Formats: sequence, C-alpha cells, structure tokens
Amino acid sequence: MDLGINVVEMLIYLVGIIAFAAGNAAYLVWVERKGAAHIQRRTGPKEVGPYGLLQPLADGAKLMSKQLIIPDGVDKPLFMVAPLIAMVPAIMIFVTIPFSDSIIARDINLGLLMIFAFASVNVLALLLGGWASRNKYAVISAARAVSQNVAYEIPMLIIAITIVMVSGSMNLKEIVDFQAGGFWNWNFLPTNGNFLGPITFVLFFICFMAETNRAPFDLGEAESELIAGFHTEYGSMGFGLFFMGEYANIVIGAALTVILFLGGWYCPFGLTDGIWWFLIKMYLLIWTVVLIRWTYPRVTLWSLLNLSWKILIPFSLFNLLASAGLIKILG
Amino acid sequence: MSSQTASQNKEHFEINLGPQHPATHGVLRVKLLMDGEYVVDAEPVLGYIHRMHELMGENRTWAKYLPNMGRLDYLSALSYNLGYVELVEKMAAIEVPERAEYIRVITTEMNRISSHLLWFGAFVLDLGGFTPLLYAFDDREHILDLLESVTGSRLTYCYFRFGGCSNDVEDEFLTGCLTFIKRLRSRMPMYHNLVTKNVILMQRLEGVGPVSAEMCRKYGATGPVLRGSGINYDVRKNEPYSVYPEFDFDVPVYNECDSMARYMVRMDEMDQCMRIIEQAIAKIPEGPVMAAKVPKMIKPAAGDYYHAVEAARGTFAIRAVSEGKNQAYRMKLRSPTFSNLSLFQEASKGMLLADALAFMGSIDLVIPEIDR
Amino acid sequence: MAGYFTNILSGTKSLLVGLSITQREFFKKPVTLQYPWESLEMTPRYRGHIQLVKDGETGTHKCISCGLCDKGCPSGCITVKGEKQEGVKVKVLVRYDLDFTKCSLCGQCIDNCKPGAIEFSKEYNLASTRKEDFYYDLLKRLKEQK
Ligand code: SF4
Ligand code: SF4
Repeated sequence: MDLGINVVEMLIYLVGIIAFAAGNAAYLVWVERKGAAHIQRRTGPKEVGPYGLLQPLADGAKLMSKQLIIPDGVDKPLFMVAPLIAMVPAIMIFVTIPFSDSIIARDINLGLLMIFAFASVNVLALLLGGWASRNKYAVISAARAVSQNVAYEIPMLIIAITIVMVSGSMNLKEIVDFQAGGFWNWNFLPTNGNFLGPITFVLFFICFMAETNRAPFDLGEAESELIAGFHTEYGSMGFGLFFMGEYANIVIGAALTVILFLGGWYCPFGLTDGIWWFLIKMYLLIWTVVLIRWTYPRVTLWSLLNLSWKILIPFSLFNLLASAGLIKILG
Repeated sequence: MSSQTASQNKEHFEINLGPQHPATHGVLRVKLLMDGEYVVDAEPVLGYIHRMHELMGENRTWAKYLPNMGRLDYLSALSYNLGYVELVEKMAAIEVPERAEYIRVITTEMNRISSHLLWFGAFVLDLGGFTPLLYAFDDREHILDLLESVTGSRLTYCYFRFGGCSNDVEDEFLTGCLTFIKRLRSRMPMYHNLVTKNVILMQRLEGVGPVSAEMCRKYGATGPVLRGSGINYDVRKNEPYSVYPEFDFDVPVYNECDSMARYMVRMDEMDQCMRIIEQAIAKIPEGPVMAAKVPKMIKPAAGDYYHAVEAARGTFAIRAVSEGKNQAYRMKLRSPTFSNLSLFQEASKGMLLADALAFMGSIDLVIPEIDR
Repeated sequence: MAGYFTNILSGTKSLLVGLSITQREFFKKPVTLQYPWESLEMTPRYRGHIQLVKDGETGTHKCISCGLCDKGCPSGCITVKGEKQEGVKVKVLVRYDLDFTKCSLCGQCIDNCKPGAIEFSKEYNLASTRKEDFYYDLLKRLKEQK
C-alpha cells in the first residue's frame, strides 16, 4: 500500500473516530435525558430544536463558554491532566474496534488485549481527579472507584479469556468472523463451547457497567452521598471531558459486548451483514444500560464487592474450566 | 468528649455533611468523623433555620399563631394544624361540629399519605434510584390538587379554625378522594414490585440501621421509627383524639428494627390511611363545619395544657401554659423528628457512609421541624 | 449452597420485573404540564394574595374601614386607612395596602371581615427581583380592574 493513501486513510479514521466518540457522547446524553424523562412520564428537553435535538449542542456551547475554575490548593498539573486521561484512552480504544468487515481503523492481532490495557487507564483518571481535587468527598470517591475497578476487572478478563479460548484468537475481527452465519453461532450461546453461554453474557454486561461506573454501580459519583464524587470540583470542559469519557466508555463497553457475544456485524438470521447490525445491537445494549440506570437504586460498596467476589468470579472461573473441558471434548 | 479522643487518631478525618448536601434534604449539618468509609462519630448541628416558633407563640394571640403550624413540618402541615386547634379547643372548651371533625380526619389523612409518598420518593432517591420519586410525585400531585380545591393551598395549609374548618367540602372532593384511593391502590403493587422487592434495595435496607426499642425509649423516638422497632404506639389509638375511635384501622408494627422495618411501616400506613378515609367518607354527616359560638378573643382559663396528635413522622405535641390572657405564657412544641434525629448519633456509629445516609433517610427528617 | 442459587435467581427476577415496569412506563404518555405553554385554571378556593371584592351593584368595594382585617392579621401586612367624609355615615376607605412579602395566606383577614369586602385573588404568576413589586395598593388595583 502506498504511504500517501495510508496517511489519508489514517486521517479519515482519526477524524471519524473523534467525531463518532464526541457525537455519541453528545447524543447519548440526549438519549439519556429523553429516555429518563419518558420513563418518569416527563417530556425531557424539547425547547432547543425539534424534540430538543439541538440540546447537546447548546449544552456543549454552555460548558465551553464557562470559566475553568481551579480551586485553591489543588494539585494543579494533576487536576488539569485528569480529564484528558479520561478522554484520550477512550478514543484510542476505538482504533481497534471492527464496526464491520471493512470499517476498522487498525486491525491489530492483540486487539482485545489493547482494549483492556487502555480501559484500565480510565480508573487512573478518576483516581487522579479525585486525589488532586483537595476535597474529601472526591478522595472517598476515588478510593471507591479504584476498589471497584480492581474487583470487576478480574471477572471481566476471565470471561474475555474464555471467549478468546473458544474462538482461538485475540484479534477482534477474527472473533467476530468466528460467529458468522446466524445467531446460533454467537458466543452467547454454548454452541461454540462457551459453557455457561447466556450467563457469561450477563456477567460480562454487569462487569462492563461496573467498569464504566454506571448506575447502579455509580459509587464514584454517588450523588446523594458524595455530591458528585471525583468531579465535584470540576467545572466547564474539565467536567465536560469526564462526562464525554464516561459516555465514550459506555459505547466501547457495548461495542465490545457485541463483538464478543453477539456476533458483531453479522445478521442474526443470515441476511445481509453490515455495520447497521453492529450499530443496532450496540444501541440496544446502550438502551438497556440507560433503562437500568433509571430503574435501580445504587448498591453499596460491600454488596458491590460481594457481587464480584462471591458471584461473578466463581461463575466466570467455573465457566473458564468447563469451557476448556468442552473445547477439549469437542476437539 | 468521645469525638475529641477519637479525632486524635490520625487516620480519622472529618467531613461536613451539609448544611448543603443532597442527602440532608434541607439545611441540616452533620459533622461526621470518618475512618475511611466508616462513620466513627456523627454530630448533628442545628440552628441553620431556627425561626423561634416557640417564642412567636408566646408573643402572638392564639389565633395569630395558627399559620405558624403550617411551617413546622411543611410536608404534613395539616396534622400540625390539627394538633394546635385541638389544643386551643380543649383550653377554651369549644365544641366542634361532627362534620368538621370528619373533614379534619379526611384531609389530615390525605396529607399523611402525601407526606409518606414524598418520603418514599426521596428515600429511594437517597439510595440512588431516581424514577420512583417521579412516580410518587405523580400520585402526590393528585392529593395536592384535591387538597388545594378545599384548603386553597398546596403545601403550607392553614385550613382548620378554632371550632371547625374555614370552609365546607363539596361532594366532588369526597368522590375525588375515593377515585384517588382507587388509583393509589392500583399503583401500590407497582411500587412494591419496582422498589420494595428489588434485591438491591433489600440488601441496602435489611439489617441496616438497627434501632432497638430501648434506644427509642431513651431518645423519645416516635412514629414509624418506634413502630419499626416493635412497639405498638400510635397516638390515634393510645390517646384517641378527634373522631379516630370511630374508625377501624390497624397500626402497622414491625419487629426487625432495621431500615426495612421503618420502610414497611410507612408503606403499610398508607394503606391504613386509605381505609380511614374510606370509612370517614362513608360516615360523614351533614351539618355545619364551624361551631356556633366561638369567642372573638380567645382567653383560655389559666392552666397548663397538653395535647398530642400523631403526625406523619411521629408524635407531635404542644404544651401551652395559659395565664388567662389572649396569648400563651409558655409554648412548647414537641416535634417528632427532633427526637428521632437525636438517636442518629448513637445509632450511626460504625456504619458505612452509604448506610448512614440510608439510615438517615429512613428516619424521615424534615429540617424546619427539627429546627423550629 | 441451595440458598446461594435461589438468592441469585430471586434477585435476578426482581431486577427483571423492575426493568419491565420502567420500560412499560416509557411508552406511556407524559403526565406533566408544559408550564409556560399551558397553564391551569386555579380552583375557586385557590389562595392568591388578597384583593378587594368588586361589588356588582355599586361597582366599588364594600369595605367599611373597620380595620379588623388589619388587627387580625398574624403577619401585620395590611394597612387600612379610612377617612370621615362629609355626607357619608361610615368612614370612607382611602388606602388599602398589602405587603404580600409577609403574608402567610392564612385567610384570617377574610374570616374577620364582616361585610365580605376582601377575597383571595387567583394570581399565581408572581415573580420579581424587587421586594417593592409585592407591596400592593389594593384600592388602585380594584380601580384598574374592569
Ligand atoms: S391571609 Fe393572613 S397573613 Fe395574609 S393578609 Fe390575610 S390575615 Fe394577613
Ligand atoms: S375587615 Fe373588611 S371591612 Fe373591615 S377594614 Fe378589613 S376589608 Fe374593610
């Protein structure tokens, strides 16, 4: 391949990914607000643009035009860098995500590994943000976020390893290709050798919600306990970046679940495959995440850790062993 | 003293919960001494919205003190109205017509339901669930509409008068109440499915915030807090006032002593309120709503008077000392959540921060009533 | 051990029931009122600030300047001024001021008024950044009413 074309392609992907991440973050906020409103029998934003569709732009303009306040006594470099750390890895992760057969910025053999590597940087942002804020609520929140992430990374990785074992590759594209041909080939069913099938799918989904600090696992920003947690002291775009990072992470989590369990861009029943299937599945998952947030109360730290250590980890470990056995038998 | 020795521990740190904090529902400040996520000591600090209601009672005529009653516990203002007018009627020996008594019971019980509904929403909000709040508000809105059509106000009611009520109610109000009861009955299973039976909520409430009957006695806790600790005490049953003895209703009591018990007491109480209202509407007599002869200037005989009613949060009592003048010599208000809050310090020791806040929500604080 | 699994099962079931409820509510119509665009008619008993009643026959107020409303007001927000005028037996009302910032809407002024000269208005769209905007001259207000 010619170097010039390569650079152009890279640029297109870069712009595309940033636009996708930012656009999704902005419009997921709209979906969230509108969805929450209708769940609660309200109307939600409706003044700016038709159905309030321009609300995200107005919000963005407002956030950007606000003064960036740096409170006295914060650790300034850390304070400034934390929101960036929240956003940048999220964008990096998009590079390896195969949206369809041909739409993938970089087809890397260790794609899955890279995603997990970058995903765990996210917690650093929360830790730094909370730590640098010089606010006791923020520190408590940062400590919570770390213990939560440690607890949930383990089952998440174990489940991911099972999928890797089943499909025999760490390349995301190959993992998806492995599930081609209809929903009975998808990894959320035990047909491929993923022994516990749907249960692992649910467990992974739970882990992903916990990793992204979504309600009911939003201990980090538990607003009725810790005001706003790690971003209490942030305003303006500092807060905006944290916010966008959070939504970008949700998109990534949903995309990853689609790739690992729901057959990526493949149609469930053998019709034309393509990116739309990927997006449909992804947004359905995201809607579930939104619905869950507006349904449940928040868990406490202990029951969160209990859930991970007493339910998720035993199940995922058992699944790992059983699937290994199954694969061995199936040959 | 204990907080002093404890704070010498370098690992401990203090945080100020409030005066502005999403979980305190008002301007309550709680000084928390924390050991990581654990509460070592919690000291409620009051006085941010003190308005000297008791002193006002000693400087105004009996009638002029009436509107103050809507400003103590603004969520169940009618119970406070009721307590005060009944006290003055007792002092000045004013006979209240039967119909007025029934209207008082109906409106007060409606108000109690609205107060419990708001508590329900706010409590789940404390626990991090947003949606039930809005559902509860939807129902509560119907009550407020009904009460507005009778009393003219939506929150700080001033409806009862010495010797009756300021105006009669129409049949539309009574049928409206029945329609509302039907609606709420049909919504209750939804609330229970969405919230009560939710496994996350059960985990957060069961066994959390134990308040023993002994502790309730020590601090004088009343209302759902007391009934959640297994003591069957309800002023409406134990020292009946108004026409309550004519109705058949139960007092929900739970023995678990935890936040869940307090939660269940309130949820069941709503059912009982609905029963009372239905019976009252069935029985309500015709007649005047104002006593024929109410003295223009009330000057009760000298003496020491006490009257207690069951408000939504517990026993609300007034002790008034009269010297035979047109204003009180001494006015003492006993507000339920002041006592209920005082057990927070002892009960919250060693709790997780999140549990402590759930516990605080379960004792249902209304700050203007604590700080009056 | 059996308890462990039944707990997980019943817990999951309760969570799914919750989701189905919120999803069902999602498809229902909003119940809120879009306030600035729509608004409600106030109920007849709604308590806005007080105003002088317009007498259908004479086209003016019925106040006899007895001052009982003033005297009975817990918050002291009414000022009534009547004047002896020639040819009229009762005092004639020359000023009726209401300081609505202090009013607690208790309705005792209306109870105290024998001739029924005052009533609650249905005004509720009240907002201002200046206190003075809530000092009402009720007599003037009555004249401005058509
Ligand atoms: S409603 Fe009450 S406070 Fe308001 S002016 Fe009348 S008497 Fe005074
Ligand atoms: S009580 Fe009635 S008649 Fe007397 S001054 Fe007041 S408004 Fe006028």
